[in-house]
Amino acid sequence: MTDVVIECRDLTKQYGTFIAVDHLNLTVRKGEIFGLLGPNGAGKTTTILMLLGLTEPTGGSVRVLGLDPARQPLSVKARVGYLPDQVGFYDNLTARENLNYIAKLNGMREPEMSKRINEALAQVGLSNVADRRVKTFSRGMRQRLGVAEILIKQPQLIIMDEPTLALDPEAVREFLDLIRQLKASGITILLSSHLLQQVQAVCDRVGLFHQGRMVLEGTVGELAQRVLGGAYRIHVEAEGGDAVAAALHALPDVVKVSANGSQYNVEARADLRAEIARKVIEAGGKLLGLSVDTPSLDEVYARYFQKGAAYAARA
Amino acid sequence: MQHARSIAPARQREGSPWTGLWAVVAKEMADYLTSARMMILEALILLTAFGTVYAASQNLRAGAGTSDDFLFLRLFTTAREPLPAFVGFLGLLVPLLAIALAFDSINGEFNQRTLSKVLAQPIYRDALLLGKFLAGLGTLALALTAIWLLIIGMGLLQLGVPPSSEETVRMLWFLLITIFYGGIWLALAMLFSIIFRQPATAALAAIAVWLFFTVFWGIIASLLARTLQPVPPGDTQALINQIQLELLLTRLSPNTLFSEVALAMLNPAVRALGIVLPIQLHNAIPGTPLPAGQSILLTWPHATGLIAATIVLFAIGYILFQRQEVRA
Repeated sequence: MTDVVIECRDLTKQYGTFIAVDHLNLTVRKGEIFGLLGPNGAGKTTTILMLLGLTEPTGGSVRVLGLDPARQPLSVKARVGYLPDQVGFYDNLTARENLNYIAKLNGMREPEMSKRINEALAQVGLSNVADRRVKTFSRGMRQRLGVAEILIKQPQLIIMDEPTLALDPEAVREFLDLIRQLKASGITILLSSHLLQQVQAVCDRVGLFHQGRMVLEGTVGELAQRVLGGAYRIHVEAEGGDAVAAALHALPDVVKVSANGSQYNVEARADLRAEIARKVIEAGGKLLGLSVDTPSLDEVYARYFQKGAAYAARA
Repeated sequence: MQHARSIAPARQREGSPWTGLWAVVAKEMADYLTSARMMILEALILLTAFGTVYAASQNLRAGAGTSDDFLFLRLFTTAREPLPAFVGFLGLLVPLLAIALAFDSINGEFNQRTLSKVLAQPIYRDALLLGKFLAGLGTLALALTAIWLLIIGMGLLQLGVPPSSEETVRMLWFLLITIFYGGIWLALAMLFSIIFRQPATAALAAIAVWLFFTVFWGIIASLLARTLQPVPPGDTQALINQIQLELLLTRLSPNTLFSEVALAMLNPAVRALGIVLPIQLHNAIPGTPLPAGQSILLTWPHATGLIAATIVLFAIGYILFQRQEVRA
C-alpha cells in the first residue's frame, strides 16, 4: 500500500451529459514517471484536477498517497506539487516574492522558508534572477520557476500538465533533464502531454487517453508491441525489383512491407536484419542500406487512432 | 442521485477553512497599496479633499463669529461654488475606489493563470475569497482613515480649534459608515469579477450598477411610487403613503442610505430622516442639535442595511466561486 502513490478505481467525471472521464483505472507506484497521453479534450486535465481535489468526481474513487482528495484536500495539496499547463505568476512581483507567497500559503515560516526558496531557485538555475520581476522572464524561465514553486513544498508527488508545451527545443531539453533529476531524488511524477517524443524520452510508463477512457497502458515497448503488432521497423534500401519485395514478404515474423522505389519499410515482430540481408542477396538484389528503428510513441499513437476510428465505426 | 452520494462525505472538510487567510490578506494588501490604479484614485480623493475642505474652511472663517458648535462637521458639508461639499464627492468617489480595487480580483487571477496554482496549495477557496475581500476593505479603511486624519489636521490649522468629543464621535461613526458603503461596492465588484471572465466587463457592469443607483434610481423610485400608490385629490393619508413608499424604494439604493447617514451625522440639527408632520414637532425646539448618541440611533438602521447588503453580496459571490470550475 505504501508503494502505491495514485490509485483510481472507476473514476468518472460528468459535465451535464458530457462524460469527461469514463471509469478510469490507474495505478502509479512510488518513484515512477507516468505519462498521461492523449489529444486535447481527452480528459487528462480533468483527471489531474480530481487527483488534486479541485474538482469532485461524479463516481468512483481516488486515492493519492493513501488520502482521499475530496475529503482531505489540505493534506493532499500539502504533499502534491501541481504545475498547471502554462503556469501563471504575479508578473509585477519578483521570482522570490512569488515563491514567498506560495511558501506562506503552505504555512512555512522563516528561516526555513528562505532556506527552501534559495535551494529551489538554485536547483532550477534561477538564483541569479531571483529578484527580477517575473514579467521579464522567458517561457523556459517561467516553467522552471513553476518547478521551483513546487520544490519548496518538498512534495512526494509532482503532477505536471503539458509541461513542455510552447517551450523551444533547448528549453524542452533542459526541462526534461530537470524531470530526470527529480526522479533521481525519489519523487513520483505524473505528467500529461500530447507531445509524444518528449514523453517517451522520460516516462517509465504511459497511459493513452481517448474520449475519457484510458485505452492503453504500459511501457512504450509494450504499447508498440500491442498496437503496431511488431515492435521493429526495419529500413531496407536494395535494388532488385519485385524479387526483393517478394523475398521480404516471404520472411516469417514480417507484419507489413511497404515499398517506395528502392526503399522498403519492413515491420517485424523481431529484429530480422540478418535474415533480410541474406534474403536480399539470395534474391539477386543489391543491398545498399539496412537499419532498424525503435518504435516511437508517435507511431503507436497514430496507428492506434486509425484503428480506434475503425473500432468506433464497427461499434 | 450518484452525484449527491459522492459529495455527501466531503461535507466534513479537514482543517480550518481559513488556513492561509492571512497570507492572502497580506499579499493582496501589498498589491493594492502599491498598484498604480490605487495611487491615481488616492491622489484624486486627496485632491478633492484638499480642494473642498480648503474652500469650506475659507467660508467658515469668513462667517466666523456666528456661534456654531460644529465647525469641524461643516468642513465636510460646506460647499463653495463651483465645488460641491466633500461628502458629495465621497458619495461618488468611494464606490469608484471600491470598484477599482475589486473588479479584477478573481478573473484577474484566472486570466493570469494563477488561480489553479493558488488553489492547488493547501488552502480552501474560502480563504482566497475572504482574504481578497478583507484586503480590499482594509485598503479602503486605511485610505479613508488617512484622508479623515488629513482633513482634521487641515481643520486644526485652518480653524484653530480642536474638534469637540461630540464631533469626534460623529466623524468616527461617519467614517465607519463610509467604509461599509465602500464595502458594498467592493463586494459587488468582486461578485462581477467572479461572474465575468473579462475584467473590463466586470468593471463596466459594476459602474453600470453604480450609475443606475446614482442617476436613475431616484427617478424610477418616484415613478414607481406614483403608479403603485396613486393619490386621489384631497386624500392626505394616500399622499403620506405615497411619500413613504417612495422613501422606502429610494432607500434600496446604497447611495441614499449613505447620503442620509451623512446628513444625520454631519448635521446635528437633523432629527428625523423621513417625513415629519407638524404634530410630531410639537414641543420641539427647532434647530437644536441632537446628541451624537441619538444621531447614531437614527442612522443605526442605515448602518445595518449597508452591512447586511455587503454580507449578502459577498455570500452570493462566495457560493458562485465555490461552484466555479477551476479549469479554463
